[in-house]
Amino acid sequence: MSEANNANTFSIDGQRIAFEPGQTILQAALAAGVYIPHLCHHPDLKPHGSCKLCTVVVNGRNGSACTQKAMPGLEVENNSPALNDRRRVLLQMLFVEGNHFCPGCEKSGNCQLQALAYDLEMLTPHFRHAFPVRQVDTSHPDVWLDRNRCVMCELCVRASRDLDGKNVFMLAGRGADSKIVVNSPSGLLGDSELAPDDRAAQVCPVGAILPKRVGYAVPIGQRQFDAQPISRQVDYLAGRHLADAETEVR
Amino acid sequence: MLPRKLRIATTSLSGCFGCHMSFLDIDERLIELAGLVEFDRSPITDIKHCSQRCDVALIEGGVCNAENVHVLRELRANAKTLVALGACAVNGGLPAQRNHLDVGRCLSQVYRTPDGTAAAIPNDPELPLLLDKVYPINEIVRVDYFLPGCPPSGDTIWKFLTDLLTGRTPRIEHPLLKFD
Repeated sequence: MSEANNANTFSIDGQRIAFEPGQTILQAALAAGVYIPHLCHHPDLKPHGSCKLCTVVVNGRNGSACTQKAMPGLEVENNSPALNDRRRVLLQMLFVEGNHFCPGCEKSGNCQLQALAYDLEMLTPHFRHAFPVRQVDTSHPDVWLDRNRCVMCELCVRASRDLDGKNVFMLAGRGADSKIVVNSPSGLLGDSELAPDDRAAQVCPVGAILPKRVGYAVPIGQRQFDAQPISRQVDYLAGRHLADAETEVR
Repeated sequence: MLPRKLRIATTSLSGCFGCHMSFLDIDERLIELAGLVEFDRSPITDIKHCSQRCDVALIEGGVCNAENVHVLRELRANAKTLVALGACAVNGGLPAQRNHLDVGRCLSQVYRTPDGTAAAIPNDPELPLLLDKVYPINEIVRVDYFLPGCPPSGDTIWKFLTDLLTGRTPRIEHPLLKFD
């Protein structure tokens, strides 16, 4: 028994991590309470591999922790200055690619992109800003979509397809012209089947898909990433906060 | 002998003066600071142009018009260390939300009546022309340090200045690092 347990472990920065067969490196790390920066991963959805923030060095080669399976004996390098430098550059690219004016965004303080930038001490977006002009869709009575803040993680696409079964969103276009489009005859959110209770309407990690009329409801200081940096909120990222809340109710 | 006092210049380009107010939020620590630094060109002094080479220039606001460009270049030429203070200087800030609009149409909207007759867009050469877009200052001149926040809190500015004045590389991290 103990031999079998030993077989199903690997190391992250020298720390032993146990894993269940089939888990990815990121899933096993989060389950063990070890933080690996990530943006497009969600515990309830299949891996995507687009944000590249979870890039780790596995046995000497770069790999995405969210897509690479945990294997016995892997040696993973995660929290190194070199990797964090590259993650910071990825964040800077995401910030200049969109219009991320946090001072006027309802998601500020609850935004994973912002929290990652805080945690990796990103002080400037550094690159030349693109200042894109993308359509803002306010046609839905309860939900609105600001494409200028979208980081194209496709969490809404995956949630709508795999959890809601509605296929409301999809990514269209190529390269820098890629954007989220709505699968309705008019292309407008108001003509789609999206409901405010859908997972797709709630899963956005940034301020691109937001509920209407409830902005700025949480006092500054009580927002998700005010008290603790995102790297200390592994339970939240692993989805355990929801399970705990349910247990408390019982 | 006491060390030479460091010279600090400050300015507000396309700013709201909120970063300067947040600077004043270091409260009584200003007295301590006054013992360590002296101020050159700044909204809080009466010096019109940099009187001599400064050690630090704190720049609030993005770059929205021609005069902003001249002021920014003057401070860059006269400062050893130039700091982007606040969200506007760092990434254009909320004023950069005009970047998805045509600047001519913005001016028409504000200065002309709906029938386009009663008022005109100001055209006196004394007034600086608006740029096509609002730019972060690092797209005009080289910037040595960035201090984000809208505004950065008094504590954040104090941490930054004390790091800088004592010769440490400034480090801003949780909970002092905010973009909002």
